[in-house]
Amino acid sequence: MHIIKRAAMPSWKAWLIRLAAILLSLIVSGLFVMFVTKLNPISVYIEMWKGAFGSSRKIWNTAQGTAILLCISLAVTPAFKMRFWNIGAEGQVMAGCIGTAAVMILFGNKLPTFWLMVCMVAASVASGIIWALIPAIFKANWNTNETLFTLMMNYVAIQIASYLSTVWENPAGSAHIGVINMNTGKGWFPAIFGHEQTINILIVAVLTAVMFVYLKYSKHGYEIAVVGESENTARYVGMNVKKVILRTMALSGAICGIAGLIIVAGKDHSLSTTSAGGQGFTAIMVSWLAKFNPLMMILTSLLIVFLERGAGAIATSFRINDSIADIVTGIILFFIIGCEFFVNYKIVFGNKGAKQ
Amino acid sequence: MKKSLKIICALMSLCMVIGLFAACSGKEDPTTTAAPDASVADTEAPAADESAAPAAQTDLSELKIGFIFLHDENSTYDKNFMDAAYEAQAALGLSDEQVLLKPNIPEGDECYQAACELVDEGCDIIFADSFGHEDYMIRAAKEFPEVQFCHATGTKAHTENLANFHNALASIYEGRFLAGVAAGLKLNEMIEAGDITAEQAKIGYVGAYPYAEVKSGYTSFFLGARYICPSATMEVKFTNSWYDEALEKEAANALIQADCVLISQHADSLGAPTACEEAGVPNVSYNGSTAAAGPNTYIVSSRINWEPYYELIINAVANGSVIPADWTGTFETGSVELAELGAAAAEGTAEKLAEIEDQLKAGTLHVFDTSTFTVGGEALDEYLADVDSDEAYQGDTQVVIDGYFDESNPTFRSAPYFDLDIDGITLPVAE
Repeated sequence: MHIIKRAAMPSWKAWLIRLAAILLSLIVSGLFVMFVTKLNPISVYIEMWKGAFGSSRKIWNTAQGTAILLCISLAVTPAFKMRFWNIGAEGQVMAGCIGTAAVMILFGNKLPTFWLMVCMVAASVASGIIWALIPAIFKANWNTNETLFTLMMNYVAIQIASYLSTVWENPAGSAHIGVINMNTGKGWFPAIFGHEQTINILIVAVLTAVMFVYLKYSKHGYEIAVVGESENTARYVGMNVKKVILRTMALSGAICGIAGLIIVAGKDHSLSTTSAGGQGFTAIMVSWLAKFNPLMMILTSLLIVFLERGAGAIATSFRINDSIADIVTGIILFFIIGCEFFVNYKIVFGNKGAKQ
Repeated sequence: MKKSLKIICALMSLCMVIGLFAACSGKEDPTTTAAPDASVADTEAPAADESAAPAAQTDLSELKIGFIFLHDENSTYDKNFMDAAYEAQAALGLSDEQVLLKPNIPEGDECYQAACELVDEGCDIIFADSFGHEDYMIRAAKEFPEVQFCHATGTKAHTENLANFHNALASIYEGRFLAGVAAGLKLNEMIEAGDITAEQAKIGYVGAYPYAEVKSGYTSFFLGARYICPSATMEVKFTNSWYDEALEKEAANALIQADCVLISQHADSLGAPTACEEAGVPNVSYNGSTAAAGPNTYIVSSRINWEPYYELIINAVANGSVIPADWTGTFETGSVELAELGAAAAEGTAEKLAEIEDQLKAGTLHVFDTSTFTVGGEALDEYLADVDSDEAYQGDTQVVIDGYFDESNPTFRSAPYFDLDIDGITLPVAE
C-alpha cells in the first residue's frame, strides 16, 4: 500500500469528497455524543439546528455572527494568500473597536450624527491599518518574524482595551465601560428594515464581493498571488515586493478595523477586552478551510457560527456543558481538514499504482 | 424551503402571541418598581404566600423562567447561581421545560439577544448573574415591559425607574465578617501554638478589581478577623479579572511569599485555594466550599445563596405582587450562608460563629461599626456614598447612620457602596 499525489481532480469530485467527510464526521460525532451523554444524537443535531435557525431572531443573529466572522476572515485572506502569516487579526479588530469606541465616547455628544459616523469609520480603519502596518514595516524592512510579531500585537491591543476600560469605567472601580451612549444612541448604527443586524450584514456582503473581485481579477490580486508563490519570482518580474507587503497588510488592517467598527457601533455598543472574542483566530481557520476563496468563506464562516450557536442551544436544551459541542466541532473540523488529504492524494493498495 | 420557513415563522409568532397572553393574564395589576424608599416590609411581602393572595394568580406551572449566566459551572461564581436555579426549580416543582438556562453568555450584545430569545420562548422572568449584563438587560427590559428582568449585582435599577427591571444582592458583607471571624480564630490558634507571633498575623487577600463590591468584601472580612485577633493586618492584591486561575494562583503565591499566614480571596477560580493547599497555608474561601481543592487548608467559605431570591421572585410574579427595585438578601432570608467548616478551622469556631451571627442578626453588632476602624487615621463620622452612579462619581447619599456604615441597604441600593480604604489594610501602590 502506498500513497500517490493525484493529478488535478475535477472540482465536483473534490466537493463530493468534502461532502462525504462532513456526513462521516456527523456520524462519528453522533456516536461520540451517544456514548458520552446517552442522548439521542439526532435530537442533539435537531436542537443545534433550532439553536441557530429556530426563529427569525435566531436567523438574524446567526446571519450577523456569520457576517462578522466573515468580515475578519476576508481581512486575513489577502495576507495569507501572500504567505504573510498575519495572526494578528484579533489585535487589529481590537484596534478598530478601540478607535470606534473612543470616538463614540469622546465625541458622541459633540458632533452631528453624520460627522460622528465619518469619524468613527476613519478612526476604526486608521487604527486597524496602524496595528497591521507596524509588523508589516518590520517584516518588509528587516525581515522580522511576522507570526510572533502580529501575535504579540494582539496582547498589546487587548491590554490597551483593558487600560481604557478603567479610564472610561462606569461605575467607579468596576473596570467596565457598559453600553456607550445608552440613552442617546449616539454613534449606533441605525436599524434598517426594523433590524439592527441588516446594516452589518450589508457592509460585509459588499466587502465580500469586492474582495472576491480584487483577489481574482485585479492587478493587485495577481501580485499578491505571485508574491505568495515566490518572492524571488515577484522580484524577477519587477514587482516591488516591499510595497505589495505593506499595501496588502494595510488592506488587512483596514478590513479588521471595519470589523471592529461593526462590533462596537453595530452590535455591542461597548468596548471590553473580549470585544473581538477570539474571532481573529477563528477567522484564520475560516479562511483556510475556504481555500482563500471569499465566496466559499460565506459557507465556512456559517458552519463555524452554526456550530457555536448550536452548542449554546444544546447546553440549554439538555443541560449539558457546551464543551461537548466543542468536541463535536473539533471532530467535524478534523474531518473537513483531513479530507483534503484524499482530495490531493490517493491511497493505492497492492501494486496497481506502480503500473501508472 | 422558503415557504416552510414562512410557516415556521408564522407558527413561532403565534406561539409568542399565545405566550404573551398567558403571561399578561397573570399580571392584571402591573408590578411596579417600588420607589427607592420602599420599606423592608415591601421586600418581604412576596414571600408571604399565605392568605393575602392578590386577585390575579398565575399557576406556577404556567410560568417560564430564563437564566443567563456569564460562564458555566466551571466558574465557582456561576456554579453558585446555577445550583440555586436547580434548587429553586426543585423547590417549586417546575419542569425542565419551564426553566431555561443559558450559560456562557458574554457581557455584550449576546446578553441582549439571549434575553430576547428567552422572551421569544415565552419566559415571564429572566435572571442574569453578571455585573456586565446589566445594560443589555435594561435594553431588553425596555423592549419587553411584560417580562420581569432581574439582575444580580447591578446598580442601576433604582435610577432607571423601569417597572420590570430589578437589582438584587445580599448582605454578604455580614457573611464575610463571619468568615473573617473564623480566620481570626485560626490566627489566634496559630499565635497560641507559637507558630507565629501576634505581630506576624498577616492576612493575604486576592481581589478581582478595586471595585466597591470587592472593597466592601475584603474590608468586612478584615474587620471580622481583627474583631477576634486585634493584631491582624492584611495585604491585598488585585488580579484585574473576575476569573483567571493562573493570575489568582500567582497572586496568592506572591502573598504567601510576602509572609501572609492566611489567605482569602474574592475572585472566581480555584487558583488561590490551590496555591494555599500546595503551600500549606490556611484559606478562607468564597462562593462555596473549596474543601475538594484544599482538603488540609480550607477553613470556611461564605457565599450568597440565590435560591431564596429566585423562589421569592418566581412566587411574586405568580402572585402578581410587587418586586422592589432593589432587594438585599440577609441571614434571615437564607441568602447569606457559610459553608461547612473545613479541617483547618480552629477549635470552637462553630460556636463562636453562631454567637456572632446572632449578634449581627439582632443588630447589637454592626460589621462597619465606625468605632472599629479609621480611614486615614481619622474616625468616619459621615460619608456620602456614590449610590446613584453618575459620570462624576460624586457621593450622593449619607450612609453613616447611628454610628455605623449602612452597607447594601435596599432603600439605597443592593449592590455594595463601601469603597473606603481603611487603616490596617495594605493596598498595592496606587496606580
